[in-house]
Amino acid sequence: MLKRFRRGDSGMIPIVIGLIVLAAYFQIRSSVFLSTGNLTNLMVQATIFVLLGIAEVWLLLLGEIDLSAGFNAGLAGAIAVILVDQQFHWSWYFAVGLALIASTGFGALWGFLVIGLRLPSFIVTLAGQLGLEGLVLWIVDSQGTGGSISIHEPVLYNIVYGDFTPLFTIIFIVVTVLGLSFSLVRTNASRASRNLESVPMLLMLLRIAGLVIGGGLLIWIFNSNRGKFTPIHGMPFAILIVGVVLGACTFIMNKTKPGRYLYAIGGNAEAARRAGIAVNRYRLMAFMMTGLISGIAGLVYVSNLNGISDSINGGTLVLYAVAAAVIGGTSLFGGRGKMVHALIGGVVIATIYNGMALIQLGAPQQYIATALVLLGAVTIDSLARRGSTIVK
Amino acid sequence: METTPENDNLTSSAVGQSGPVGSGVDSSAPMLLSLRDITKSFGAVQALQHVDLDIPAGQVTALIGDNGAGKSTLIKTVSGIWAPTSGSMYWQGQEVHVHTPRDATHLGIATVYQDLALCDNLDIVQNMYLGREDTKVGLLDEISMELATTKTLKDLSVSTVKSVRQLVGSLSGGQRQAVAVARAVMRESKLVILDEPTAALGVSQTAQVLDLIKTLSSHGIAVLVISHNLNDVFSVADRIAVMYLGTLVSHGPIANYDRNSAVEMITTGKSDRVAALAASN
Repeated sequence: MLKRFRRGDSGMIPIVIGLIVLAAYFQIRSSVFLSTGNLTNLMVQATIFVLLGIAEVWLLLLGEIDLSAGFNAGLAGAIAVILVDQQFHWSWYFAVGLALIASTGFGALWGFLVIGLRLPSFIVTLAGQLGLEGLVLWIVDSQGTGGSISIHEPVLYNIVYGDFTPLFTIIFIVVTVLGLSFSLVRTNASRASRNLESVPMLLMLLRIAGLVIGGGLLIWIFNSNRGKFTPIHGMPFAILIVGVVLGACTFIMNKTKPGRYLYAIGGNAEAARRAGIAVNRYRLMAFMMTGLISGIAGLVYVSNLNGISDSINGGTLVLYAVAAAVIGGTSLFGGRGKMVHALIGGVVIATIYNGMALIQLGAPQQYIATALVLLGAVTIDSLARRGSTIVK
Repeated sequence: METTPENDNLTSSAVGQSGPVGSGVDSSAPMLLSLRDITKSFGAVQALQHVDLDIPAGQVTALIGDNGAGKSTLIKTVSGIWAPTSGSMYWQGQEVHVHTPRDATHLGIATVYQDLALCDNLDIVQNMYLGREDTKVGLLDEISMELATTKTLKDLSVSTVKSVRQLVGSLSGGQRQAVAVARAVMRESKLVILDEPTAALGVSQTAQVLDLIKTLSSHGIAVLVISHNLNDVFSVADRIAVMYLGTLVSHGPIANYDRNSAVEMITTGKSDRVAALAASN
């Protein structure tokens, strides 16, 4: 492992260790931190950073960025909230559908500008951020409810505040753990049967043990009672959404041609072009995926806030999202990164956010602590990579 | 032109259109690719003038010449980066029109440019199959790609890479060249064009690449290699083609040349020694 670390292939081990250190510190300062109720709360807080982080990874892999993702999320959230409530009373699926079409459409618009006019994505999406902020303010304020609209529609409300039953929580987590273990074992067995390099049995068992322990912990956390007056059990729906988005994106990146081509384009666009890959089509796809997933993040976000307000800070959100991806190990220069980086980075940011609030530190300390973790993560990554054989 | 290149070869009338010295074509070898009277102009600049060149299968043809002589223009024409202004191209005796790189790839012409066009962040297998991945029910079939990559590298006697799952960014210059060439070969290429394959390499790396070129030609693949290094040329080439100011001034078997005459041809466009050697052969 030390050798892998020196090779710049340390994976997420340093940041996982960092996360454990943070958790231990907060637990010492506040005995509530590791309670199941707070951990569930922390995970729900992390959903917005994780989802927006996943959205950003799509573009970071190409060496591009979307600074508008935070307000694109806000816009999707606002559209959904307004259409299901207020005077419109749309069904939630039409409202959600239109919200996601809008966010995907804005992603496509940035894509067209960046690809068609060869403008830098940083500037295009910076303009996008300002424009979408204006649009969000305009449509929220035009409802005449004093700058904030709350949700009265059950489906949107329950994204975060609704839970699966404890039984379904168990079934879902057990099936996920079994499925992942099975696919690990099967891939490894079919490689071994063709005399290809395969993972040793012991390491395989360790990985599966890790999955089982992780799954068990999640069941325990979600299924313990976390209600103060009435009992609350089960996994919040929002966690399932994050799981499905993360799983689907990881699958596309690892198992399909478009995923492979995005890595290739991020690594060497000219080489990809000469290999016959329709580079611009895949770049546009990445912009649209960023928009789509930003929209999903927006729906979870408004559910968590139980409404939309004109003071939504999409600018800070998007920077947290980029920070989450980078803390997890994704490069800003393209070609290197994974969807799961957004998960681990998002959880780190939520941990700081949650823990600092518990030990009653204010926003100033939270910002400074996040800054230090971000700097620390990129420094460790860069140092590990210095002697490495991997170029980026 | 009425006659096919084969007829030209039989009567040796292909020689001498632009007055090349010692461009004897041995009529026994079947010509994989024949260029006749190829001209390429960029506005007023004539980058190629009336080039006639024959490339036989299973042999290494070295294309030499000074900077600006038109070597790169010629290979870009053959590999379909641009179409010639005039002239004809024959592939296995049939006239062909190559307008795009895709046309060239279709015929079986693979060009490995100096920059190699590899993705450093992908591993060897992923680079070898880039743009033409094997799939199984729509998903990437990593195992079949890995097996085929291993086999191709073995066929080419490339033994220096530790694992085909190594990132290409971690390979040496010679290994990278080998991966780029292996990728060309795996696409069932009949003609592999190499642009300065040893330019940036050290001594042992160069030797690896030269061995690889020999292996290719022993597999029946035609190789057209651009090189500045006459040591390399004389150690691998079966044939030499010399360009000078946009014209192909000489081409023929390596035996018609020696180092001095090659240098003379490159710098002045003519050499009495080549004529003498050709006559004595």
